[in-house]
Amino acid sequence: MRRSPRDNADSFRGISRRGVLLGSLQAIFVGTLAFRMRYLQVDQADQFRLLADENSIKVRLLPPARGLIHDRNGVLIAGNEQNYRITITREDAGDTDAVLERLSQLLPLGEEEIEETRKEIARRSPTLPISVADRLSWQDFSRVAVNAPALPGVATEVGLSRVYPLGPDFAHVLGYVGPVSDYDLSKLDDPDPLLQIPRFQIGKLGVESKLEAELRGKAGTRRIEVNATGRVMRELSRQEGDPGINVQLTIDSWLQNYILARLGEESAAAVVMDVATGDLLAAASAPSFDPNLFVRGISSADYGTLTEDDHRPLADKTVQGAYPPGSTFKMVTALAALEAGVIATDETVYCRGYTELGDRRFHCWKGSGHGTMDLVDSLEQSCDVYFYEIAQRTGIENIAAMARRLGIGAKFDLPLSAISEGLAPDKGWKLRKYGKDWLIGDTFNSGIGQGYVLASPLQLAVMSARIASGRAVVPRLIRAVDGRDLPIIPPPELGLNENYLRAVRKGMFQVSNSRRGTAYGSRVVDDTMRLAGKTGTSQVRNITAAERARGVTRNEDLPWERRDHALFVCFAPYEAPRVAVSVVVEHGGGGSTAAAPIARDIALQALNEGFPPLTAYPESQRLRIEAERRALPLRDPEGRAEGKSRA
Amino acid sequence: MSYLEYNVKTVPAGLRKVLYANWPLAVLLTAVAAIGFLMLYSVAGGRMDVWAEPQMKRFAVGIVGMFVIGFVPIWFWRNMSALAYLGALALLFAVMFFGEEGKGAQRWLELGPLRLQPSELMKIGLVMFLAAYYDWLDIEKTSHPLWVAIPVAIILLPTFLVLKQPDLGTAILLLAGGGIVMFVAGVSLWYFGTVIALVVGLVFGVLESRGTDWQLLEDYQYRRIDTFLDPGSDPLGAGYNITQAQIALGSGGWAGKGYMQGTQSRLNFLPEKHTDFIFTTLAEEFGFVGGVSLLILYVLIVVFCVLSAMSNRDRFSSLLTYGVAGTFFLFFAVNMSMVTGLMPVVGVPLPLVSYGGTAMIILLGAFGLVQSAHIHRPR
Repeated sequence: MRRSPRDNADSFRGISRRGVLLGSLQAIFVGTLAFRMRYLQVDQADQFRLLADENSIKVRLLPPARGLIHDRNGVLIAGNEQNYRITITREDAGDTDAVLERLSQLLPLGEEEIEETRKEIARRSPTLPISVADRLSWQDFSRVAVNAPALPGVATEVGLSRVYPLGPDFAHVLGYVGPVSDYDLSKLDDPDPLLQIPRFQIGKLGVESKLEAELRGKAGTRRIEVNATGRVMRELSRQEGDPGINVQLTIDSWLQNYILARLGEESAAAVVMDVATGDLLAAASAPSFDPNLFVRGISSADYGTLTEDDHRPLADKTVQGAYPPGSTFKMVTALAALEAGVIATDETVYCRGYTELGDRRFHCWKGSGHGTMDLVDSLEQSCDVYFYEIAQRTGIENIAAMARRLGIGAKFDLPLSAISEGLAPDKGWKLRKYGKDWLIGDTFNSGIGQGYVLASPLQLAVMSARIASGRAVVPRLIRAVDGRDLPIIPPPELGLNENYLRAVRKGMFQVSNSRRGTAYGSRVVDDTMRLAGKTGTSQVRNITAAERARGVTRNEDLPWERRDHALFVCFAPYEAPRVAVSVVVEHGGGGSTAAAPIARDIALQALNEGFPPLTAYPESQRLRIEAERRALPLRDPEGRAEGKSRA
Repeated sequence: MSYLEYNVKTVPAGLRKVLYANWPLAVLLTAVAAIGFLMLYSVAGGRMDVWAEPQMKRFAVGIVGMFVIGFVPIWFWRNMSALAYLGALALLFAVMFFGEEGKGAQRWLELGPLRLQPSELMKIGLVMFLAAYYDWLDIEKTSHPLWVAIPVAIILLPTFLVLKQPDLGTAILLLAGGGIVMFVAGVSLWYFGTVIALVVGLVFGVLESRGTDWQLLEDYQYRRIDTFLDPGSDPLGAGYNITQAQIALGSGGWAGKGYMQGTQSRLNFLPEKHTDFIFTTLAEEFGFVGGVSLLILYVLIVVFCVLSAMSNRDRFSSLLTYGVAGTFFLFFAVNMSMVTGLMPVVGVPLPLVSYGGTAMIILLGAFGLVQSAHIHRPR
């Protein structure tokens, strides 16, 4: 197209005018942009800087190592081990099913476990890491770590997990730890942020639970920079927490192991106490279980086996079990009577096999009667009629008071779970409990440790120790905390007449050493280790008149759960008591046959801090004892290792 | 004006053309591209080979191409205008049938080693063709409805094709770029007023049509609009890009976090950090100062183009330069508005800085046309 110069000039001016107009519009636009940038980067900068930090900086808690627990000789009984685990976070994983599917190709994961994880993922917050697999082998762990890019949201972690190297030996004393549950959180008023860490382990039972505050330690913190997918890029700062405080128990792990082996398949409990200090040298409840199962998360099948077992492996029978003490209670009745002045040590009672109260007959265990009995004889032969008589004279209030003085019906402050108080019944108690008056027959029954009287094996051991020392010995389970020994407070005098105590001890000596003693079969012939004990057989059923007419039914003929409990309490050596022992064998039959031999072995082990010389046993029994000893499933069959003698 | 009408004596010839090139423009373009290299090196976590190096090679090709195109007389390019437009249009059709799919859109043509986005070519072809059209058209007819309808059709045809790909960003750029040439060419302001009124009506219609069976946009485009209107509503979903981009920008503050110290980009919170959202990294690491500096460089490029256009008495050259500068302005203005949250995310790269296949070469080619117009202007 041809254009005249004039046209051209017009066009040029037009374009320039429009150019200026366009430029102005553009300038306005640029100005808006600059203001917008100023608003974001200058006015709002602080807020956005905060948001950027929130984006990229996360604070993670560093779980502290849990305090270690040692036995009295420094043997580790609760430690920590490296635990390789895999977690998944829903928010980062996106398609969790696909990621889990891929994980299951790398790890030996069962259908059930995956299903469990899926449920957990659905239940928890999407930002919380959920544990997929725990306690992996290094191979499995590194396989996942190498494949991390294909597994979004999956993190590998190395943590510490509780381990109990001695397994079942300390299941009841220590209890166990487990992951914090919602129930725990609702129950505990504990703001410790550590509890929010998934799978953080806290004590659930026993020492682990009662000393949680000491053992847990303090969380450390780690400020880390994460990228958009949550992967940790680098650590910005790290503040180590404080590991938990180490605790030392008074228990001797060797003795504990020996006792559990010795109790074998029985449903039984044994407590060994240091007479002078109250140190619990052993507190064993059989059968036991492996607490490591609970730490790892017990399968429902294993748990079912434990709960359905009629020997109740989960119960700590040493403190939770409350049994009628039977004849082991007779020392209490005797001391109560002596202190009340209703009988002298040499005063006799005639036993013709029963005593009558109105139209009721109270039988002695020996139907033909013991004849003339004084205090020592009656303890030696466990004559019931003698104790019916003195109980009646003493009155239940005095007996109950003496029982409490000796530890029965008293609660001891030990870091153990569900400690039973036992029961020293009196008139007020029966009225409160049943709304009925105390009957004289109740006194009869109580006098021989039947009826309402209940005592735990721990209380029976305390009773023995108090009789042996004449002091109000208090049981103690913690020897040292954080490497510092707890002070031993010398127990105060019981305030009992020493002559009375001596008479009772003499009776107990006779039990174990006199030919007519009920535990003569379980005597010790070495003078430096002589026992003073008392058998007990407590009925768990009522003997009907018909049964009595037929003659006493032998325990062996009864079903297990209806047999009598066998009990034995003792202290040793008689001359200078060092240890007190109590043994309860549930449904074991007679105290002299089922409990006394075990108690003797345990007492000798405790005194010798290892296997006693065979010469301590009567000659006729040595071969059998030696064979039994060899057959014991001990952890360390060679005996106590050198250098581990009691510190 | 035809070739014969140029006063040949006043037009530099041969190597003398080098002296008459628009050097400030070339320097500014290189400076902006250099900032791009720096940022690509940074977002790659300190690696040259990922993005920075290929980008440098492309820039080298592009800048050589710019001068080659610049040394070819402008009247040659005027004669080529129709061809450029029709060629780009043909490629746009081709891409509909043979195009490579990527991210749910059909935009690329694989031509041997070259990955061509015909829509990029069309941006230039359209500007060239419109400039040639108004150069040919009688000035008196400029605002005649018939002669307005023709360029409108020229603009709408490729716009419609690009919208179908779908590529909303480029469609808007084509529409606005063509509009700028028409505006500068002197089409009556009444038309623009009417169009703006129509656009407002259209926006209303678009929003109203949502969910009905005559829905005008794709669902994802609606979501982008939602997200733009309220990015906080879905910070981890569709609003993620905008939210994170603003955090990056804002946290940069006055002077920035320092080169290669931007946590948002280095830790991958930023989306598309090497392409559409590269400005956020720059603003995070160099702060308000860095962001505004780049903005000033961009404005200077436009200013030098406008100065060249104003001093150019050739109608085609002038319109072409305005068109290229206007399109360039739209590029960075839309991108920056998008990442600062002034506009919805429409997928427009930051010119010369964003990592991008052929976009940079084609853009430098367009500046080659500006250089040609500058060198061969009648004096």
